[in-house]
Amino acid sequence: MLRWIVLLPLLAAAYHAIAIGLVRRASDRRLVVAVSCGSVVGTFVLACVALGRLVQIPRGPSRVLVDDVYTWIGAGVSTTRFSAEVGFQLDPLSMVMLLVVSFVGSLIHLYSVGYMDDDHREDKGFQRFFCYLNLFMFSMLVLILADNVVLMFLGWEGVGLCSYLLIGFWYADRHNAFCGAKAFVVNRIGDFAFLVGIFLLFATLARAGTPVTGFRDIQGAFAGIREATVSVPTWLPWGPRWPVVEVVALCFFLGACGKSAQIPLYVWLPDAMAGPTPVSALIHAATMVTAGVYMVCRLSFLYAAAPAASAVVAWTGGLTALFAATIAIAQTDIKKVLAYSTVSQLGNMFLAAGCGGYGAAIFHLGTHAFFKALLFLGAGAVILAMHHEQDVRRMGGLRRRIKSTHWVFLLGVLAIIGCPGFSGFFSKDEILAWATLAPGGPWLYWIGLGTAGLTAFYMVRLYCLTFLGECRAPASVREHIHEVGPWMLAPLWVLAFFAVFSGYAGLPAVWGEELFGMDDSDSLGRFLAPVLARVAGPQLEHADEMRMAAAAVAVAGAGALLAWLLYVRRPELPAKIASAFAGAHRLLLHKYWIDEIYDALVVRPLVALSDRVLFRVVDAGLVDGVLVEGTARGVRALAANGLKYAQSGLAQSYVFFMIAGAAALVGYLLR
Amino acid sequence: MVPISHVIGLSALLFSIGVAGVATRRNLIVVLMSIELMLNAVNLAFVGFNRMWAGVDPTHRFDGQVFVLIVIAVAAAEVAVGLGIVISMFRNRDSVNLEDVSLLKW
Repeated sequence: MLRWIVLLPLLAAAYHAIAIGLVRRASDRRLVVAVSCGSVVGTFVLACVALGRLVQIPRGPSRVLVDDVYTWIGAGVSTTRFSAEVGFQLDPLSMVMLLVVSFVGSLIHLYSVGYMDDDHREDKGFQRFFCYLNLFMFSMLVLILADNVVLMFLGWEGVGLCSYLLIGFWYADRHNAFCGAKAFVVNRIGDFAFLVGIFLLFATLARAGTPVTGFRDIQGAFAGIREATVSVPTWLPWGPRWPVVEVVALCFFLGACGKSAQIPLYVWLPDAMAGPTPVSALIHAATMVTAGVYMVCRLSFLYAAAPAASAVVAWTGGLTALFAATIAIAQTDIKKVLAYSTVSQLGNMFLAAGCGGYGAAIFHLGTHAFFKALLFLGAGAVILAMHHEQDVRRMGGLRRRIKSTHWVFLLGVLAIIGCPGFSGFFSKDEILAWATLAPGGPWLYWIGLGTAGLTAFYMVRLYCLTFLGECRAPASVREHIHEVGPWMLAPLWVLAFFAVFSGYAGLPAVWGEELFGMDDSDSLGRFLAPVLARVAGPQLEHADEMRMAAAAVAVAGAGALLAWLLYVRRPELPAKIASAFAGAHRLLLHKYWIDEIYDALVVRPLVALSDRVLFRVVDAGLVDGVLVEGTARGVRALAANGLKYAQSGLAQSYVFFMIAGAAALVGYLLR
Repeated sequence: MVPISHVIGLSALLFSIGVAGVATRRNLIVVLMSIELMLNAVNLAFVGFNRMWAGVDPTHRFDGQVFVLIVIAVAAAEVAVGLGIVISMFRNRDSVNLEDVSLLKW
């Protein structure tokens, strides 16, 4: 059955591709909607059926559904056997991901119907959009359900491709095409590390006599490679030797950095906002960018055995969270703020995963998928209402004009800043609890707390600038501000419901006991426990946890209050503060000039090298000059100086050559 | 009965004479005749082998003879074309010597 979960969106994408690519006539929009949304909703229904089957199986490591389709790559025998199956597995971890992705994906497909409806830039654009979106769903589901690391890489690359296609969806604008290419290239860097990790892991496993690629097989054979070492760089046999587990974990994490936008590879995600807003919500907030977190959790047994790599994960995550949050407070593009917020929240997930809280990371992944998708879709509704205006400085006062959007956006803001009772509150608290275990002392806890305060500040700032105060839009726009249609509002309300209540699926024990008197409240954690590596969790008294929660709420509340004071009560103050700290403000406004630094240090030298050396010397000089033209010149010289005399024009000399040839052949055969 | 080795020996001899003629003679008509000699050497080998195998494999009793007929037909066509070229050449160059037609060269 699992194969149909994956195949449905692929079939829909194939239908669209045939219609616009081969038949070259766009289908009726109603048909496009029926096929696309139908396939994704069908996937969600199948996921629910699969959930029903999965919970029938008693808890434990054998609680997994498997669907082996065929052998994709197979070579060699016994200990030199390499094989990659097209096989799908559904264990509690992939179940959670599958439900989140197919559910949020369905809602965003429905929303896209409304969002793309008034887009008439291109005849086939509507169908092309849904084609890419379906292809993305297929790739994402392959990534989630793959039962081996090679197939997972296929999905990993597939989502990257679809991300590229959708960021540059309106490719007529060069900037969009550039942003798509940037996302793709930056992701390639991470993908390369991922590939190296796969090769190294497989080579080590094969050397230990267990050449396997499946996740469960790797876990089974893992004891055999735990002690293995490898010299880095490998071509230096006398170089320092490192534990393979650590190196592989770091390689995989660098891959995750690319896909999940962590330092140093986060730069593509803010630019990915060039794509249509539903794409930002689906791919660049809720699903694809969480693939890195999912991969780390999928390989949790590996990371649990690699303390140094885990420390790198935790610190990278924590620092990314803080770094991105500081950038977000100065941005004025509504989608850019949300993009940096996504980077920051993903950093929080890695912070938890690096400390061993894989369940907490997945919990936050789920709640974040709901509230961030809600915020992005709400932002999309605002953008449509404002006639494609994205700058919050020209918004304001929308509270009374688009009431429904205002309410769902407010719920999303409350969820992300961790307002008590909302989903973000529970998941962020769990992450902060795990952060106390971080290697290197309590620093990461304080960083996480600071990030929570900054998150509250920039989200409330965004909310105030958009919805409160006076409307700063030009009069021509102001008269036409309108609420979006029901196709877009319905998914918003559904998402708002989950943004508020999804936290109760993984209610931490302290709240379960205090609020509802339940003995076993963390149902998500218990559901996931058998597939995640067991790491000793934070040993906190309930009173401590309460104090930590109170501190988090206090910090968030302070941030929110400050934002409200600055942007609603005294709207003249931010400009004064900005001019008082002009240097710091410009630093944040220009995102620490990271793009410029990368441009100067990496992009320009690379382009110069490609142009001056690779193109002019290697390609034009060596390949074209020596190999291609040199061969032709050599043949010409040989023919002009010798071979041409064989063509004498005398028929009988040809006859002589023929006879000599035939005689030689016969002589050879009769030898 | 004539043994097959005699037939093949004669055929090989005729064929070699034909080859030598084609390779050495300058007169185009003699070259054509030598080609004819080679074709008929092959025909002789065909009928010889046909006679040898006909009793062994009755379903392919006439294969060799059919080939001979085809070769004769092709030879007739070839001679018609070849003599046509010879006549044309004689009209244009007043010669049937092969060494006089070597324009097609470097």
